Amino acid sequence: METIMACLVGLLFTIGTYLVLSRQMLRIIFGLSIISHAVNLLILTSGGLKTGSAPLLDEKMAGFTDPLPQALILTAIVINFAVTALLLVLSYRSYQIFKTDDMERLRGNPDE
Amino acid sequence: MKPNDVILQSVTKVTVIIIFTFSVYLFLNGHHHPGGGFIGGLSTAAAIVLLFLAFDIEKVRENFQIDFKKLAALGVLIAIGTGFTGMLAGDPFLTQYFNDKNLPIFGKTELATALIFDTGVALAVIGTAVSIILSISEGDSLWKR
Amino acid sequence: MNNLLILPIAFPLFIGMLLIIFRKNIWLHRLLSPVACIFPGMVALILMNQIKDSGIQTLQLGGWQAPYGISLVADMFAAILLFVTSIVSLCCLLYAFHSIGKEREKYYFYPLILFLITGVNGAFLTGDLFNLYVFFEVFLVSSYVLITLGGTRNQLRESLKYIMINVISSAFFLVGVAYLYAVTGTLNFAHLSIRVAEAGQDGLITTISFLFLIVFSLKAGLFLFYWLPGSYSVPPGAIAAIFAALLTKVGIYAIFRMFTLIFYHQPQVTHMGIGILAALTMILGAMGAIGYRDLKKILTYNVIISVGFILIGLVAFTEQSLLGSIYYLIHDMIIKALVFLIGATIIGLTGTSKLKDMSGLIRTHPALGWMFFIAVLSMVGIPPLSGFLGKLYITKGAFAASYFWLGGFGLLASIFILYSLIKVFMDVFWGETVMSEDEEKGTTKGVMLPIVLLTGISLALGLGAEGIHEYVLIAAKGLLDPNQYIFAVLDKGGI
Repeated sequence: METIMACLVGLLFTIGTYLVLSRQMLRIIFGLSIISHAVNLLILTSGGLKTGSAPLLDEKMAGFTDPLPQALILTAIVINFAVTALLLVLSYRSYQIFKTDDMERLRGNPDE
Repeated sequence: MKPNDVILQSVTKVTVIIIFTFSVYLFLNGHHHPGGGFIGGLSTAAAIVLLFLAFDIEKVRENFQIDFKKLAALGVLIAIGTGFTGMLAGDPFLTQYFNDKNLPIFGKTELATALIFDTGVALAVIGTAVSIILSISEGDSLWKR
Repeated sequence: MNNLLILPIAFPLFIGMLLIIFRKNIWLHRLLSPVACIFPGMVALILMNQIKDSGIQTLQLGGWQAPYGISLVADMFAAILLFVTSIVSLCCLLYAFHSIGKEREKYYFYPLILFLITGVNGAFLTGDLFNLYVFFEVFLVSSYVLITLGGTRNQLRESLKYIMINVISSAFFLVGVAYLYAVTGTLNFAHLSIRVAEAGQDGLITTISFLFLIVFSLKAGLFLFYWLPGSYSVPPGAIAAIFAALLTKVGIYAIFRMFTLIFYHQPQVTHMGIGILAALTMILGAMGAIGYRDLKKILTYNVIISVGFILIGLVAFTEQSLLGSIYYLIHDMIIKALVFLIGATIIGLTGTSKLKDMSGLIRTHPALGWMFFIAVLSMVGIPPLSGFLGKLYITKGAFAASYFWLGGFGLLASIFILYSLIKVFMDVFWGETVMSEDEEKGTTKGVMLPIVLLTGISLALGLGAEGIHEYVLIAAKGLLDPNQYIFAVLDKGGI
């Protein structure tokens, strides 16, 4: 299972990197988002993938899954959500002002 | 042209109640089972966003006069405040207390300060999520003008 | 346990949230935000004395024992940085009162600064890798908003790049966290230190350490600084000053923490790597500082040079060099805030940041000119000013550890700093006075107070270096001896 997850994380990283390297702003934002998801999967895998019940006292089971990676992912998702929202608003704003979503045209300082 | 969204609106009227109830359930369930302030707040925010979608934002805001940014700030204040109560008793920051009490209707109930903390979290989540959606959509209406 | 530790984090956050609720009362913002800046400094002072008397202070949040709970740890290094952060942020706020403008004040400027301080203080105090990530995000998200606040064309363009770079580096941070958790099974610094020491720092862990080096280099501007000159030159003066003084320094703090507490077993690989990066940083920074004819650009490249210089102390890794690094870090936070504020005042006066368009300001503004001159001498390290002691100790430490080339680069960089800043001084303040006082675009009224304050603190730090030597020595010894930190956090009896 870990091998499949590793391949999936790699695939997501590849897609994310490809998108980040493109010129359109929206594609870059999607790319960043996909990379963050890949990282979340990686954290999930890092705790070890095993079958067990939720780590709650009520559950009378022998094996428990590791709750820490899940807590980390939850935090990471929330932060990623906030940053992506900010990026989307910003990119929209800059599209309104610069009339372009091409990062090539947003290079450098015109008054230099 | 105003789109015809009668179906969406009448479905929303029913489902919003269900979502709100479910989010209260999730919120209270969180003490010992999966659930809690975060997910409860998020589903409440989902219900409010559904209202925004089905009816107009202005219309909803007329009946729902809350500044969601302030709501989020209030939530964080409550959460930090419960952290400070532990300090007053001489325990580490964020120490939570609980006690079993006999309440008039509910019977023997476990009362915990963690619930107040979770209320703060829920308010913060509702406030943040809704204000993100609102600021994106307000930018959109600026664009149309 | 010591509940004081939470106050530098919780108090600014609390006040910030309060200010959001009372958004309309600008006077309340102006009243409460300095209080929220000073208070953590006072706590830091108390902490410094407690640490001196009874060792490293810890707090296990909610009473959950380390390594399972979240722990906050204040060692001397963190407490000193907390104190300096408080001073610097207070001065930048005082500067902002007169320069930031009504529009930005209304759009949550003060709460955002307070959240930034929350994040910075949290990053200094946390004893846990994932919380380090969270606090990094807290101040990064505030900085994203602060850098775009106002929404001018340049700000939008640079902020997009700034945010994208930082999102990528945060992703790498999490990758590092995931790998480290998979290898060691813990995220508490003290526990990590034990586990890594037990298992031995093999190739895998060294690779992970390099991943963290990349992440913190991006934040600190060590070699991977290409985003820095652009994004630090677009926001208004007060914001740029607080960025230059605090943000890169948190990255440096994180590098110090990781490579003195956890990954200290293979210095010939990791510390050598940092050394090469530091040397490259100084060379490239110096090139930038000399090459540009733009005040803002020269100042930002000077930030980069000093990052490289401070890290020489870590590379040499002796008591003397670490002592120098801490001295220089304190000095650099204060002096960078000072030169950025002076730079912003000059730009406010002349309305341009190009050196060729300004000249002869010394006649109309002698005080500003001489304070800039003091700052320049201090940055170069002329005794008895504040930069001297740090530079002396770092260079001596590097030579003593036979890093002759690194010490040499450090000294060479000082010459370039001198050249670039004296060029600024001559172009801006000397020469013919082309501008009479009525032609000036801005005013120095009100903004001189924080500048004078910072100059005074910098002078005091230089002349009274002996007075804080005791504290800095404890900090340097603490960095050299990870066991102090481990025993303080994982002490089973004391909590």
